[in-house]
Amino acid sequence: MILTLIEHDQGVIDPQTFGMLTAVRGLAAEQGGALHAILIGADVAGLAAGLGDYGVTAVHLIEQESLDAYAPNAWAACVVEVMAAEKPTAVVGVGTERSNEVMAHVAARTDLPLAANCLAVQPEDDAWFVTRMRWGGTLHEEARLHGEPKLLTIAALGIEVETAPSGSAPEIIAVIPDLTDADLLVRVISRVEPERKGISLTDAPVVVSGGRGVGSAEGFAVLEQLAALLNGAVGCSRVVTNNGWRPHAEQIGQTGTRVAPELYIACGISGAIQHWVGCKGAKQILAINTDAEAPMVTKADYAVIGDLHEVIPALMAEIEKLKG
Amino acid sequence: MDILVCIKRVPVTGAKVVLTADEQAIDASYLSFAPGPHEECAIEEAVQIVKKHGGSSTALTLGPDAAVEQLRYAASMGVDDLILLETDEEWPPMPTARAITAAIQAQEKKFDALLFGNESADAGGYQVGIRVAHALGMPVVTGIKKLEFEAGTAVAHRQTPAGWEIYEVPLPAVFTIKEGINVPRYPSIPGKLKAKKKVIQRIAPEEGDVGLEKVRLVVPEAEASDVTILGHGAAAAPQMVELLGELGLV
Ligand SMILES: Cc1cc2nc3c(=O)[nH]c(=O)nc-3n(C[C@H](O)[C@H](O)[C@H](O)COP(=O)(O)OP(=O)(O)OC[C@H]3O[C@@H](n4cnc5c(N)ncnc54)[C@H](O)[C@@H]3O)c2cc1C
Ligand SMILES: Nc1ncnc2c1ncn2[C@@H]1O[C@H](COP(=O)(O)O)[C@@H](O)[C@H]1O
Repeated sequence: MILTLIEHDQGVIDPQTFGMLTAVRGLAAEQGGALHAILIGADVAGLAAGLGDYGVTAVHLIEQESLDAYAPNAWAACVVEVMAAEKPTAVVGVGTERSNEVMAHVAARTDLPLAANCLAVQPEDDAWFVTRMRWGGTLHEEARLHGEPKLLTIAALGIEVETAPSGSAPEIIAVIPDLTDADLLVRVISRVEPERKGISLTDAPVVVSGGRGVGSAEGFAVLEQLAALLNGAVGCSRVVTNNGWRPHAEQIGQTGTRVAPELYIACGISGAIQHWVGCKGAKQILAINTDAEAPMVTKADYAVIGDLHEVIPALMAEIEKLKG
Repeated sequence: MDILVCIKRVPVTGAKVVLTADEQAIDASYLSFAPGPHEECAIEEAVQIVKKHGGSSTALTLGPDAAVEQLRYAASMGVDDLILLETDEEWPPMPTARAITAAIQAQEKKFDALLFGNESADAGGYQVGIRVAHALGMPVVTGIKKLEFEAGTAVAHRQTPAGWEIYEVPLPAVFTIKEGINVPRYPSIPGKLKAKKKVIQRIAPEEGDVGLEKVRLVVPEAEASDVTILGHGAAAAPQMVELLGELGLV
């Protein structure tokens, strides 16, 4: 049996969880075993039935008032309890911040190895052969995962979600966990709504992004104007945030945000791999750079060779002309 | 407040990654090294905490002798004490966490807070800080972008797509830091000179069982690219507007 961790927040299952279930369903079937899920929270029973659509045959339902707010270590305690009772061959989470965190707690509590962000999993007799993401996905690692059961998370961002051919409602197994105060010590005590000003980076159809080539904080004024004209958002490279020109919330890349707009306009950005992983999801990429050999230019769909401080004002003038 | 910050030496790669012949590591013959970005922010945070609350900061790394360079970098940013757990190659997360735990237990100083990166830049195991927290019986909050201390407790802010989550924990505690919590300073010349003279505490750790055994690294195939040059300089504006039109954006 493979046990999967269902990630949810405020009554909604994290969509990547379905990608993970799609990937793991095949694995469970190959092993002739069942696919179980664990659902943890204060009011989550309503989320269980729909899991059948993704091949889940049984849900271990842990509902308790004290689990009202997210508490990573308590979640892990619940997973370990179900693990001990059900003896799965593997416990699998999705490769998100939250599930990676919970699975690391599970690994620490059981002193078992954990492979985070796996792209491929090949069960073998003893150690499982896994391919996992390194460097935010710009490099892969092939590794042997030891331990019993296997603990891993699946990088599910690129997985196309499929429902199971014969999805019937899963069996519900209620579990009452034995949680201590220590398990519940770290928990969300309050939440603050995200600051919403203008269109967000992840929703914008166009991202106008600037790098070192912009030259200064003031230099971003033209990028802001162009973004406003195109109903887009402003992004930037790490050099820009490190220089204090723009806030980190706008940084695109491995240690920033990943975006997938219709068009990504990279102005004065060289195209280091750590930046590229953040923007490669864009449908089209247009690079504006003085250097025709810059990786951003050679990897882009379209490029203009030139000084962004001349190119962008000319582009805006042309757009204004069109709009009349 | 006595703060420990754990950092890992990683190569600073550019636009392309080349592997060593044995496929065990990035070929860094022509590359420089740095602490990971999250960890650089953790160093900055440690220095700021000590400036505000008093106490001391210590940087620890597990890695080759060359990782002394990253410890000295931390010192040049203002960290007081340096610890090297010397190994000849990269260790997987489990033995890394065990060695860090043992080193912390061996210190006379009892740290009030341990700072880690949310994930290492190269391995991205998402676990060493959490493992150390469990081994030491400390609470741990991950992915922190704002941290405040007050009379034996800490308030930590974590950013999620749905907004900010606020946590409050008693000290001592472990925090895993994310880039964006601060803007790390550039080391000053006096800072660099001071860092050169620092004594480094060296420990030879024992690896034990590895758990996750690296077989080899693989560079994923690059997407084929076929760039269309729209033009040069301001003269390219009409072609750019044409493209925007085709994409339905103007
Ligand atoms: C672990 C790790 C994580 C990282 N995470 C991120 C991340 O999340 N995001 C990120 O961006 N980086 C990240 N980096 C840093 C990354 O490796 C690069 O250092 C960074 O992306 C470079 O920024 P840049 O392109 O703005 O600067 P540069 O590399 O200096 O490039 C500047 C470019 O501007 C061009 N230019 C100069 N003047 C002009 C002009 N007037 N008009 C037009 N073009 C001009 C130049 O030709 C050049 O191509 C990370 C690095 C590491 C090691
Ligand atoms: N070799 C190491 N030396 C010191 N700290 C480390 C080492 N490896 C990992 N860490 C710390 O643990 C964090 C998480 O690493 P990881 O579990 O690999 O993602 C890193 O950001 C570092 O703070």
